[in-house]
Amino acid sequence: MLRVIKTEEKTAKQMMIIRLAAFVLALAAGGLFILALGVNPLKVYGTILSGAFRSKMAVQATIKVMIPMLVAALGVTLAFKMKFWNIGGEGQIIMGAVFATYFALYHADWPFFILFPVMLIAGIVGGGLWALIPALCKVRFGTNETLFTLMLNYIALYLVAYLQEGPWRDPAANGFPKIPSFAASATLPKVLGVQMGWIVALVLTVIVFVYMRYTKHGYEISVVGQSQATAAYAGMNVSRIVLRTMFLSGAVAGICGMLQVSGSDKTLTTGVAGGIGFTAIIIAWLAQLNPFGSLVVAFLFAILEKGSSVVQSDFGLSTDCADVLQGIILFFVLGCEFFIRYRFVRDNARKAAAVKGGEG
Amino acid sequence: MLLKFIVAAIGASTPLLFGTVGETLSEKVGHLNLGVEGMMSIGACAGFMVGMMTDSFLWAILAAFGAGVLAALIYAVLTVTFMADQNVSGLTLTIFGVGLANFIGIFMLGHSPSGTLKLPDGITAQMRGVHIPGLSDLPVIGELLFSYSPFVYIGIVIAILCTVFMRKTKAGLNVQAIGHNPAAADAAGISVTRWKYTMILVGGGICGIGGAYCALIINGGVWISNNVGGLGWIAVALVIFAKWKPLYAIWGSFVFGALRVLKYYVPASVIQLPTALYDMLPFVITALILVVSSMRKKRDHNIPGSLGVNYFREER
Repeated sequence: MLRVIKTEEKTAKQMMIIRLAAFVLALAAGGLFILALGVNPLKVYGTILSGAFRSKMAVQATIKVMIPMLVAALGVTLAFKMKFWNIGGEGQIIMGAVFATYFALYHADWPFFILFPVMLIAGIVGGGLWALIPALCKVRFGTNETLFTLMLNYIALYLVAYLQEGPWRDPAANGFPKIPSFAASATLPKVLGVQMGWIVALVLTVIVFVYMRYTKHGYEISVVGQSQATAAYAGMNVSRIVLRTMFLSGAVAGICGMLQVSGSDKTLTTGVAGGIGFTAIIIAWLAQLNPFGSLVVAFLFAILEKGSSVVQSDFGLSTDCADVLQGIILFFVLGCEFFIRYRFVRDNARKAAAVKGGEG
Repeated sequence: MLLKFIVAAIGASTPLLFGTVGETLSEKVGHLNLGVEGMMSIGACAGFMVGMMTDSFLWAILAAFGAGVLAALIYAVLTVTFMADQNVSGLTLTIFGVGLANFIGIFMLGHSPSGTLKLPDGITAQMRGVHIPGLSDLPVIGELLFSYSPFVYIGIVIAILCTVFMRKTKAGLNVQAIGHNPAAADAAGISVTRWKYTMILVGGGICGIGGAYCALIINGGVWISNNVGGLGWIAVALVIFAKWKPLYAIWGSFVFGALRVLKYYVPASVIQLPTALYDMLPFVITALILVVSSMRKKRDHNIPGSLGVNYFREER
């Protein structure tokens, strides 16, 4: 019989090796899957890498894909550090986008330097409020936040569908339900060939890192995450911390939505979040809820996403390949955490006792 | 009109019923599996592809069940044996499962000479509403009770079997004991790990059949991406609504099935709502139910006490 016991504390180097091994194993498992489809996995992986970097334009496209993933992962990080299972990133991204879009559509006559901050704040408020609803219910009634944030995703999604069918429908689109494209004053300019959202994303990474590591608020978040009882005993106002942090978590997701509509899509569609809210959870978790870790993982995932679009055209494998590989990687990393904390031992002592008992 | 509405609602409720019952089994042993959407998607894909190749409804169902079991196995290994976080494991299973189903679907589309994936006639005939001579011809009753796809009856039978298992058998009571307090169950000699695996895997298989319904029936036998479309998530919420009782899941999923088909049956003269708002309705109601049920002061006694917490034997 095997049984499980806790191991002694592993060194940072040992932990790194175990996680790296998990990552390599995940790629190998993904490779087996690709092989089963009759395609050479080494070629596919090679194409993913070259597809993401083969030209200046490809690199710019990779960065463009990375922006929303990174920003959304930062939002998730804030909530997850508190063990508040905010899986409503999708909805918060959408609501940030909706609020920002209002100003883009109805105040397009404002100059960019006014419209940009207004849209940014609108995104913050939209995403933040959408996250505040489940937080309020959690604090007040103990409502299950996982399911509630999830339902709010769909509600936000159909709200956009309603807006594009009705109130915000583009009359110039010949009956096709779509929202008008933004005027130039409401779109983000490019910096170094990529929409300037990447600057916002980098700044946010530093802000969230400093906020979580060096401020009183950040400390409170991690204490509440460890144990609400401890936090309450230490005199912290747990409810207020939960509400504040969830607002911020949603606000960051809202910024993500604003950057998407204003920088990348230049209009609002039902696909504005497109699963990024969920991918962000994988990213944040793989990064161990470290903002700079998210930066690295989001970059890797952007390579995977961008590269898999090239794989689609070269090998006829759909871009869903990226989702599958991301899932496999996280499965392996989740599994490897076990070997960091526990180990299997052979249960000889018990067997000996059983034999002895049988004789007696 | 009302009869047609009820019949349509029962049809629309079927995938939810499978998902809810499957998830209930998993939650009964304390494992909140957020991978329902993923398990259903994988079941949908396996059921559709096997159904298309074998032209047999039976094989399609078995494949969907098997695929759901395999998907649940990933979750079970991660959370039961490796004690990984249940929320993240389940979420990853959803992302993985939906991605995998879409991926394989598009892969098969690329290899299909006609450019579409459509079920052959044989299986379509087997899945059509049953016709029992005599019974199905009765006015009203015939249509209300004896006119559905075999899926509907399979779902109801599974829900009843699960209820009987939980309430009337010793094993079922043991399982509930595991959910409420795994350490106590372990001390009483119940094999905690074995039953956790069994319940999670069977639950996953049942979810898989629910997914097969989405792929085989909802879109008229044609494969489209994302064909489960969020039903798995509603099923997770319905478990709470059904108070962790498989029998209540029948009523719960019926209510939501009715909400989903409401837009086709509300006369335009009564109320005119945009389609998007009708589509939003089930999710709004689910959210409201979540809030209202948490507002009740009394804690729900049905909720498995160890839900969401992994069991580590050495920490008893």
